[in-house]
Amino acid sequence: MLKRAQALFLSLLSLVVSLPLAGSAAAESAARQLNMPQGVTEVSQAAYDIHMIMMWICTVIGVGVFGFMFYVMYAHRKSRGAVAENFHENLTVELLWTIVPTIILIVMAVPATTALMKVYDTQNPDIDIKVTGYQWKWQYEYIGEDVKFMSELSTPLDEVYGRAPKGEHYLREVTQPLVIPVGKKVRFLITGNDVIHSWWVPDFGVKRDAVPGLFTSAWARTDKPGIYVGECTELCGMGHAFMPVVVEVKEEADYNEWLAGKKAEAAEYAQTIGKQWSAEELMVRGEEVYDRSCSGCHQPDGNGIPGVFPALKGSPIALGPPEGHIGVLIHGVPGSSMQSFADQLSEVDIAAVVHYERNAWGNDVGDVVQPVDVLNYKQSQ
Amino acid sequence: MATESGYYVPESSKLPLIAATGMGLMAYGAASWVVSGSNTVFLIGAVVMFCVMYKWWSTVIDENMQGLANDQLKHSYVLGMLWFIFSEVMFFAAFFGALFYVRAIVNPWLGGDAAFGMFDNTPTDAAVANNVHLWPGYETQWPVMVTPDQAANGDAAQFVGPDQSMSFPGWDRLLQWLPLWNTLVLLSSSFTVHVAHTALKNNNRKKFLQWLGLTVAMGAFFLVLQVEEYVEAYQHMGLTLESGIYGTTFFMLTGFHGAHVTLGTIMLLIAFLRGLKGHFKSDDQFGFEAAAWYWHFVDVVWVGLFIFVYVLA
Amino acid sequence: MAHGPAKGIGRWLFTTNHKDIGTLYLWFSFAMFLLGGFFAMVIRAELFQPGMQLIKPEFFNQMTTMHGLVMVFGAIMPAFVGLANWMIPLMIGAPDMALPRMNNLSFWILPFAFAILTSTLFMEGGGPNFGWTFYAPLSTTYAPESVNYFIFAIHIMGASSIMGSINIIATVMNMRAPGMTYMKMPLFVWTWVITAFLLVAVMPVLAGAVTMMLMDINFGTSFFNAAGGGDPVLFQHVFWFFGHPEVYIIILPAFGVVSQIIPTFSRKPLFGYSSMVYATAAIAFLSFIVWAHHMFTVGMPIAGELYFMYATMLIAVPTGVKVFNWITTMYKGSLTFETPMLFSIAFVILFTFGGFTGLMLSVAAADTQYHDTYFVVAHFHYVMVAGAVFSGTAAIYYWLPKWCGRMYNETMGQVQFWVAFIGFNIAFMPQHFLGLAGMPRRYADYGLQFADWNMVSSIGAFIYGGAQLMLLYNVIVTIRSGAPTSEAKTWEGAEGLEWTVATPAPYHTFSTAPEVK
Ligand code: HEA
Ligand code: HEA
Ligand code: HEC
Ligand code: CUA
Ligand SMILES: [Cu+2]
Repeated sequence: MLKRAQALFLSLLSLVVSLPLAGSAAAESAARQLNMPQGVTEVSQAAYDIHMIMMWICTVIGVGVFGFMFYVMYAHRKSRGAVAENFHENLTVELLWTIVPTIILIVMAVPATTALMKVYDTQNPDIDIKVTGYQWKWQYEYIGEDVKFMSELSTPLDEVYGRAPKGEHYLREVTQPLVIPVGKKVRFLITGNDVIHSWWVPDFGVKRDAVPGLFTSAWARTDKPGIYVGECTELCGMGHAFMPVVVEVKEEADYNEWLAGKKAEAAEYAQTIGKQWSAEELMVRGEEVYDRSCSGCHQPDGNGIPGVFPALKGSPIALGPPEGHIGVLIHGVPGSSMQSFADQLSEVDIAAVVHYERNAWGNDVGDVVQPVDVLNYKQSQ
Repeated sequence: MATESGYYVPESSKLPLIAATGMGLMAYGAASWVVSGSNTVFLIGAVVMFCVMYKWWSTVIDENMQGLANDQLKHSYVLGMLWFIFSEVMFFAAFFGALFYVRAIVNPWLGGDAAFGMFDNTPTDAAVANNVHLWPGYETQWPVMVTPDQAANGDAAQFVGPDQSMSFPGWDRLLQWLPLWNTLVLLSSSFTVHVAHTALKNNNRKKFLQWLGLTVAMGAFFLVLQVEEYVEAYQHMGLTLESGIYGTTFFMLTGFHGAHVTLGTIMLLIAFLRGLKGHFKSDDQFGFEAAAWYWHFVDVVWVGLFIFVYVLA
Repeated sequence: MAHGPAKGIGRWLFTTNHKDIGTLYLWFSFAMFLLGGFFAMVIRAELFQPGMQLIKPEFFNQMTTMHGLVMVFGAIMPAFVGLANWMIPLMIGAPDMALPRMNNLSFWILPFAFAILTSTLFMEGGGPNFGWTFYAPLSTTYAPESVNYFIFAIHIMGASSIMGSINIIATVMNMRAPGMTYMKMPLFVWTWVITAFLLVAVMPVLAGAVTMMLMDINFGTSFFNAAGGGDPVLFQHVFWFFGHPEVYIIILPAFGVVSQIIPTFSRKPLFGYSSMVYATAAIAFLSFIVWAHHMFTVGMPIAGELYFMYATMLIAVPTGVKVFNWITTMYKGSLTFETPMLFSIAFVILFTFGGFTGLMLSVAAADTQYHDTYFVVAHFHYVMVAGAVFSGTAAIYYWLPKWCGRMYNETMGQVQFWVAFIGFNIAFMPQHFLGLAGMPRRYADYGLQFADWNMVSSIGAFIYGGAQLMLLYNVIVTIRSGAPTSEAKTWEGAEGLEWTVATPAPYHTFSTAPEVK
C-alpha cells in the first residue's frame, strides 16, 4: 500500500513540475505572466515589492514547516518500526512558536505600512479626473476642463458569441481611452452611477471601488507613455466582464493637443444640434447608439428579457408621443436599472435612438425626432 | 421514555416537521406577499406555526407537570433561553451598529467635513468632493432633516426629510414628550415583574398574580403609546420610513423593539394565564422566568434606544 | 428501554435521535455539495475557453452566486452540524442532544430553505445574481424580484443555524458525563462549542443585513442609499461582521476533526491540548474584529485600513500554533497513512498554503492588486475546499465504520484521495497565477491572455468533481456491502468515549452516563 502511495506521490510531483512547461507549449501567442506586474507607478512598485516580501517570507516558513513535516512522515512511520512516544506538552516550544511568528508579523507590518501610505498619498495633484462607473461603461470627466466622455467596450458581440474570430485585443479595447500626460500627478475621484463598480489599472496599482453617492480617490504618476489596460473588479451585473478600463499615457505635448481637440469637438458638436437631420441619417446613427448602449438590456431585436428588461418592440412608451420616450431616457426610471442617459448620450444620440426605436423591428410610427426636440424637452424641465 | 440517567429524551415527534413546514410556508409566503401582494400562503403558514407552537409548549408543560423533566433538563431550557436572548442582542447590535456608523462616519462624510489626515481639503479631495460634486448644499446634521437628495435636487428629490424629529424638544415641552413616558412605563414594568418574581419565590401567589398582571398592563400601555407616537410621526411630523436615514433608523430600531415588546407582553400574558391555572411553584417556574428575562432584555434595549435615538441627537 | 429506531419513513421524518438527525444532516449536505459542485462545473465549463459558449452572462452570475451560497450554507455548514450531532453526544457521554425535538426542527428547516432558494432559478428574472456577498445596491434596487425569496430563505436558514447552535452549546454545557471536565473534552467538541458561539453571535447580524435589504427594496428606507443619507458601504460592514466569522465557522470544526484524526494515526496524544483550546478561542475572538479586510478598496480612511490590516495579520499566530501542534503530534509518533490520515495531512499542508495567501491578502497595499481577482478565489478554495471539504472527507472515512459497522475499502479510499488531491491542485493552483496576472473574479468572459490557465483549471476541476463521485460511490458501497466490523475500536490508536461503545453505534448510547476519570 505504502509503496503505491509513494509511487503516486512521485508521479504527482513530476506532474506539478511539468505543468507550467506543458502550458507554455500549448500557446505561444499570448505572453503568459505568472506574477503580479511591477507596473509603472510608485504605488504599483510598492505593491509589487511588499507582495514579493510576503511571498518570500511565506515560502521560507513553508519550506521549514513542510520540510519538517515530511521528515517526520518519513522517519516516524510505523512501517519503519517507529514506536510512539508519549510526550504531549512543552510550554517552552509553545511560547516559542507564539512569539516568533508574532515578531515576524511585526517585521512584516513595517513595509506594509509604508506601502499603504503611498497608496493613500492623494494630496496636491496636477490634474483631477472624475471617474464614474455606469452599468457597463466608464465616464471620464476632466474637472475644470469641460471635457467629459464615455468609454465603453468596442469588441463586437459577434466575437464574444463566437460568430467571428476573436481579435488580438479581445475585451481589452474601448471606444475612447482615458488619456493622461506623463510625469503629472493625476488624482482620480471615483464614484458610481448605479451599482458599485471598481476601477482597476494593474500597472498603476490603482484599484478603488466606485460607490454610488460617495467618492473614493486614488492617484497615479508615470513616466512611461503607453497603453495600460485594466478591468472593472466589482460585480456590477451581467456586463461586469465587459467594461474594461483603457488608459493611454501620452507625452505632455501630445496630451495638450488631444485635450484641445476634445474641446474643439465639443464646440463643433454644439452646431449639429440645430441642424435638421434626415430620417435615414437618424436611423443609421440610432442603430449604432442602440447597439452600443441599449441592446445589452433590451436586446438587439428589441424584445428585451421578460421579467427583467421590457421589450421596446411594441412598447406603448416607444410608440406613444416622443416626449414620453425622451423623458424615459433623460430621467431614467427611478428604482430600476433603466438609468438616466442625459449625461451619457448627446442630444443627437438621444434623438437618433428614439427615432430608431420608433421605427425599427416592426415599430413604425413614421415621424422624425430631431435633436432640437430633445434640447427643448431638456429646457422645459 | 425516561432514560436511566433520568434525562428525558422525548419519543419521535411530528411537531418539528410541521413547524418546519410552517416556517417554510411563511418564508415563501412573505416573499410572494411583497412580490405579488397575495398573502394567502403566508397566512396559512402563520396559522400552522401558531398551532404548532401552542401544541409544542403544551406538550412541554405537560411533560413538566408529569415530572418527566428533571433538573438537568430544566437547566437545558434555561441555557436555551439565555443563548436565545444573546442572539436577540446581536440582532439589535446590527441595527445599532448601522445607526452609529451612519451618524459617526457617513453623515460627516456626505457633508464634506471629514477631511483629515492624508487629505488636502480642496474641492476635488475625496472627502470634500462628496459635498461639492455629488451632494452640493448638504450639511452634516443629526437628525437628518434635509436629505442629501433634497439638498442637491430640491423638489425633484425622492427622499424628503421629516418636518420634525423625535428628539428632545426642550425642557418646557418635556411633559408632552412621549418617549419620556414610554421610558417611565417600561422601566417601572421591569421593576414590577421583578416584584412578581420575588413574590413567586416566596410562594405568595396572590401578590405574584397582581404584580404580573400589572406588568402585562404596562406592556400593553407602552405599545399603545408607541402606536400613538407612530401615528403622530406619520400624520403630523412627516417622519416616515421613506424620509431618509433618520426615519429609516428611527422606525427600524423602535419598530423592532416594539415587536419584541409585543412578544414579551404575550409571553408574560401566557405566564399570567398559567399562573391563574395554578402553574408554577416557588422552585419551578421556568416558563415565567424565561418571560421575565426576556422582559428585562427588552427593557435594556429600550434604554439604549432612548439614549441613542431620542436623547443624543 | 432497549428501544430501536421506528419503522419506515416516519423514523426519519419525526426522529428525535441525534444519530438519525446527524445522518439526515450529512446526506442533505452531501446532496447540496453535489448541487453546488454542479454549479461550479457549469462555471468551469463556461470558463474553459474565452468567449461565451454555453450560457449567457446573466446566468453565469446566478451560477456563481448560487454556487457560493449553496456550498457555504448548504454543504459545509450542515455537514459539520451533522458530524456534531453524531459525535458530540458520543464524545461527551450524553444520552442525546440537550433539546432533541428542536434538533429535528433545525434540520427540517433546511430542505425548505434550499427549496425556496433553488426555486428562484426558475423564476421570472432569474435567481440571485449578485454574488454570495450580495452587495447593495446590486442586490437591492438592481436585483431581480426573486431577491425577496432569497431574503426569506436566508432568514429561516439563520433560524435553523441559531437553534442548532444553541442546542450544541446546551448539550456541551449541560450534558457532559460525570468527570468530563471542560479541559478533558475532545478537541472536536471544543471547536464546536466555540463555533456554535460564533454562529449565535453572527447569524442574527446576517438576519439584520437581509432585513435592511428587504426594507430598502420594498419599503422605501435608505440604509444603503446615499441620497437618503445612508451608504452602500454600510451593507458591507454589516455583511462582513457576519461574513468573516462565518469563514471561521467553516474552518474551526474542520480543525476539530483533524485534531481527532492526527493523534489516532500517530498513536500519540494530541500535542499541546490546552494551547489548542486557547488558540481556537483566540481565533474566534479575533474573527470579530477584522471584518473590513474584505473592504480594503472601498476607500476607508487610512487609520481604519491600518487597524484592520494589523488585526488580520494577528490571526496567523493562533493558527500557526495549531499547525505546529499538529505536526509535533506526529513527531516521534508511530505513523500510518490510512485514508483519513492522508486527507488530514493534505489538509494541514494545503490549508497552511491557503493561510499564507490569506496573510498576503491581509497586506492592504498588496490587496489593492489582489482584491476581487482569482488570487482571492484561489485563497479561499485552498482554505475551504482543501480545508473544510478535505477534513469533512477525512471525518467520513474515519467514523464511517463506527456509524454503520462496515469498513470501507482502503484501496478505493486511497485512490479517491489521490484523485482529489491532484485534481484539486490542478484546479486551484493556476488560479493564483490568473489572479496575479490580472483576471478578476466573477467574470463570465476574459481576455485571451488568460486562456491557458483557465483551461488547465477547468480540467482540474472536472477531475476533482470526479473524485467527489468516487467518494459517493465509496460511501454507498461501504454501507451496502463493506466488510462488517464489530470492533469497538476501529483504529488502533483511537482514544475517546466514542470508541468505547459497540460498533455500529447502538441507537441509544450512554443511557447510563459513563464515568470519566
Ligand atoms: C475557511 C475559510 C477561510 C479561512 C480559514 C481564511 C483565513 C484567512 N483569510 Fe480568508 N477568505 C475566505 C475564507 C477563509 N479565509 C473567503 C471565503 C474569502 C473571500 C470572500 C469573498 O469575497 O467572497 C476570503 C478573503 C480574504 C481576504 C479578502 C481578500 C479580498 O477580497 O481582497 C483577506 C484579506 O485579508 C483574507 C485573509 C485571511 C487570513 C489572514 C486568514 C488567516 O486565518 C490565515 C492564517 C493561517 C496561516 C497564516 C497559516 C499557518 C500559520 C503558520 C504556519 C504560522 C507562521 C506563519 C507566519 C508568521 C507567516 N481572506
Ligand atoms: C466551501 C465552499 C466551496 C466549495 C466546496 C467550492 C468548490 C468549488 N468551487 Fe467554489 N466558490 C465558493 C465556495 C466553494 N467552492 C465561494 C464562496 C465562491 C464565491 C462566490 C461568489 O463570487 O459570489 C466560489 C467561487 C468559485 C469560482 C469563481 C466564480 C467566479 O468568480 O465567477 C470558481 C471558479 O472556478 C469556483 C470553482 C469551484 C470548484 C471547481 C469547486 C469544486 O471543489 C467542486 C467539486 C464538487 C463537485 C464537482 C460535485 C460532484 C460532482 C457532480 C455533481 C457531478 C458532475 C461532475 C462533473 C461533470 C465532473 N468556485
Ligand atoms: C441596464 C439596463 C438597461 C439599459 C442599458 C437600457 N435600459 Fe431601457 N429599461 C431598462 C429597464 C429595467 C426598464 C424598465 C423600467 C421599469 O419600468 O421599471 C427600461 C425601460 C425602458 C423604456 C420604457 C419601456 C416600457 O415599455 O416601459 C424605454 C423607452 C427604454 N428603456 C429605452 C432605453 C434606451 C433608448 C436605452 C439606451 C440608450 C436603454 N433603454 C438602455 C433597462 C435598461
Ligand atoms: Cu462594473 Cu463590474
Ligand atoms: Cu475574512
